[in-house]
Amino acid sequence: MDKPEQLAYTGLAHSVVIRPSRGWVPINLKDLWAYRELLYFLTWREIKVRYKQTILGFAWAIIQPLFMMIVFTLFFGTLAKVPSEGIPYPLFNYAALLPWILFAEGISRSSNSLVGSVNLVQKVYFPRLIMPFSGILSPIVDFAIAFVILIGMMFYFSYAPTIYILWLPAFILLALMTALGVGLWLSAVNVKYRDVRYVIPFLIQLWLFASPVVYSSNLLPERFQIIYGINPMSGVIEGFRWALLGTEPPNALIGVSVGIVVVILISGAYYFRRSEKTFADVI
Amino acid sequence: MSEMNDIAIRVNNLGKLYRMGQFVSYGSLREAFTNAISAPFRNLLKRGTETKTAISEGEDYIWALKDISFNIKQGEVVGIIGRNGAGKTTLLRILTRITEPTEGSAEIFGRVGSLLEIGSGFHPELTGRENIYLNGAVLGMRKKEIERKFAEIVDFSGVEKFIDTPLKRYSSGMQVRLAFSVAAHLEPEILLVDEVLAVGDMAFQRKCLGKMDDVSRQGRTVLFVSHNMQAIRALCPRSILLKDGHIIDDGPTNDTILGYYNDLRLLTVDENTAVSNEKNRRGSGAARFTQISIQDSDGNDCSNFVMGSNIRFALSYQTYEPVDNLLVSIILRSGNTGEFVTSARHVATKHKLTAGQSGSLVIEFPNVNLRPGEYPLYIWLGDLSMQAFDVVDDVTVPLIISASEEFIESGFDPSRPAGFFNIKSRIL
Repeated sequence: MDKPEQLAYTGLAHSVVIRPSRGWVPINLKDLWAYRELLYFLTWREIKVRYKQTILGFAWAIIQPLFMMIVFTLFFGTLAKVPSEGIPYPLFNYAALLPWILFAEGISRSSNSLVGSVNLVQKVYFPRLIMPFSGILSPIVDFAIAFVILIGMMFYFSYAPTIYILWLPAFILLALMTALGVGLWLSAVNVKYRDVRYVIPFLIQLWLFASPVVYSSNLLPERFQIIYGINPMSGVIEGFRWALLGTEPPNALIGVSVGIVVVILISGAYYFRRSEKTFADVI
Repeated sequence: MSEMNDIAIRVNNLGKLYRMGQFVSYGSLREAFTNAISAPFRNLLKRGTETKTAISEGEDYIWALKDISFNIKQGEVVGIIGRNGAGKTTLLRILTRITEPTEGSAEIFGRVGSLLEIGSGFHPELTGRENIYLNGAVLGMRKKEIERKFAEIVDFSGVEKFIDTPLKRYSSGMQVRLAFSVAAHLEPEILLVDEVLAVGDMAFQRKCLGKMDDVSRQGRTVLFVSHNMQAIRALCPRSILLKDGHIIDDGPTNDTILGYYNDLRLLTVDENTAVSNEKNRRGSGAARFTQISIQDSDGNDCSNFVMGSNIRFALSYQTYEPVDNLLVSIILRSGNTGEFVTSARHVATKHKLTAGQSGSLVIEFPNVNLRPGEYPLYIWLGDLSMQAFDVVDDVTVPLIISASEEFIESGFDPSRPAGFFNIKSRIL
């Protein structure tokens, strides 16, 4: 017979009291930490399974941003001649598409994470927060692959990254946190109202054009700048161009964005925790 | 304090309220909006005529569990039995924290592992090896833990040849075996099990039962939900019988199982019984049983017989189409594996019957030398060409054979039946 320390569950709560929760439930960080390996495995599963039984495999991670860049360059760069702060339009656009796709994929995967794993939610206990969390982590692999192309493009157009590239992780983090905050809200609502599934593509499309992906934020009149601060992705995208291509640094309104992300994130987590108790019943 | 320390699970007045239809469909936003908009008006109209307490007693709500209280000691192995819908699964779902109770509380002292459904988190595109890690993590195992037990898990499952093949190439039997192997190597202090033994082939089921037995012998606490009374009897000295969300019996398994059968017995098989349940009642419907009862040699309804009794089956039928040469078969299944143990076939009528005729017959098995156990019944109505009109498969109370004094005195342990028939043997 195994000794107690050899048992599974060594990190999990030793005893629990189960009783109905009322109102707002605290976020159980200890529980989340105990299940960190599950987070790892779920993310790993998503990455592994993503391109199974495809001919091109992980090349899809490159094809998607590359084709978007080509289409946008054609329509906005060549035809509409959208100014791109002196940067070649393909590079200008691609540097924005990278964080954008990371963010958009994160939202869509995390929002659908719970309803995509009905079996798990109904049959096994684990901190449900893990599901949307894993949804924002798996697109990082695609991001890393697509980043290689960006390096190639920078070589081609002879652009060396600036010292501000050290800020890049912070912008990536901001994009991920925004996706997580929105994903927490949407995934919880999605359990109850599947309408969310149809809203997400619209939301992402609108958000794309509300962010300076195909254009430069300099184009916006002064009075729109405040609306701009509300959208964390504009700061992220500007930050990316600044760190990599040496454009103007992001507007100071990025501070407002960070504040907004924190609010969405915390409120999302609490809303999620509050609805969590009925997930298994209504999913 | 010592009394407190040996309790593994303490459940106090646990209750779970479900809104009817909560399982059936999820709402749409439109409904939510209309509700939100019309609610104030509805409430205005209703004001004064209804009180808020109506929520818990209204017809839209149902208590899946109510006033559930029990204690389970460390190392105890307890069965949870009851009909479908009695609340067994809801109870396990609350104890495993999958869903929250509406009222009451449950305290669990020790690490919990649950097998509510095996293979959770399995992905068809991943290999057997990858799925073992994934499923292990889902069940709460540490990566190191899985690595250490990997060889054992693969060995137990018997799929080592295919371990690097994607799961979708596995037969369903192989998938189940792999899933159970992972689950069986969980080593929590408290194990909650729901019906996992209802899967797999005979040999594997036996292996699973053996594994469960090992677990309980290692002094772990086990809560085991099953419809397999043979397994419950073999593994659990104590059982809790649930009915309509309430505990109606809690005690030695032999007693609660009788209570369970008495509860089931209220279901009389008639023309409509379980006809909608296609799994259990099949056939063309040209003729159907209208009444099936099991009786002792005095003609009294009975389902629990001592070894060596005479057992009678009183059957009534009705025709709905013209039929010829009605045949009746009574087949006893094994309670453990479902395989046919023995069968008896009789001609009910030799002449033609027109639609709308009815008849009855009594078939007797004299001096039944079956060993103690449960024998689900498979009762068949058809014609000489073996066309089935009505098949009543495990719908009725099973036949229960209990040990005779003589049998126990000869040194057999009635809780561990071996085989079906009691054939006399001697040393020459």
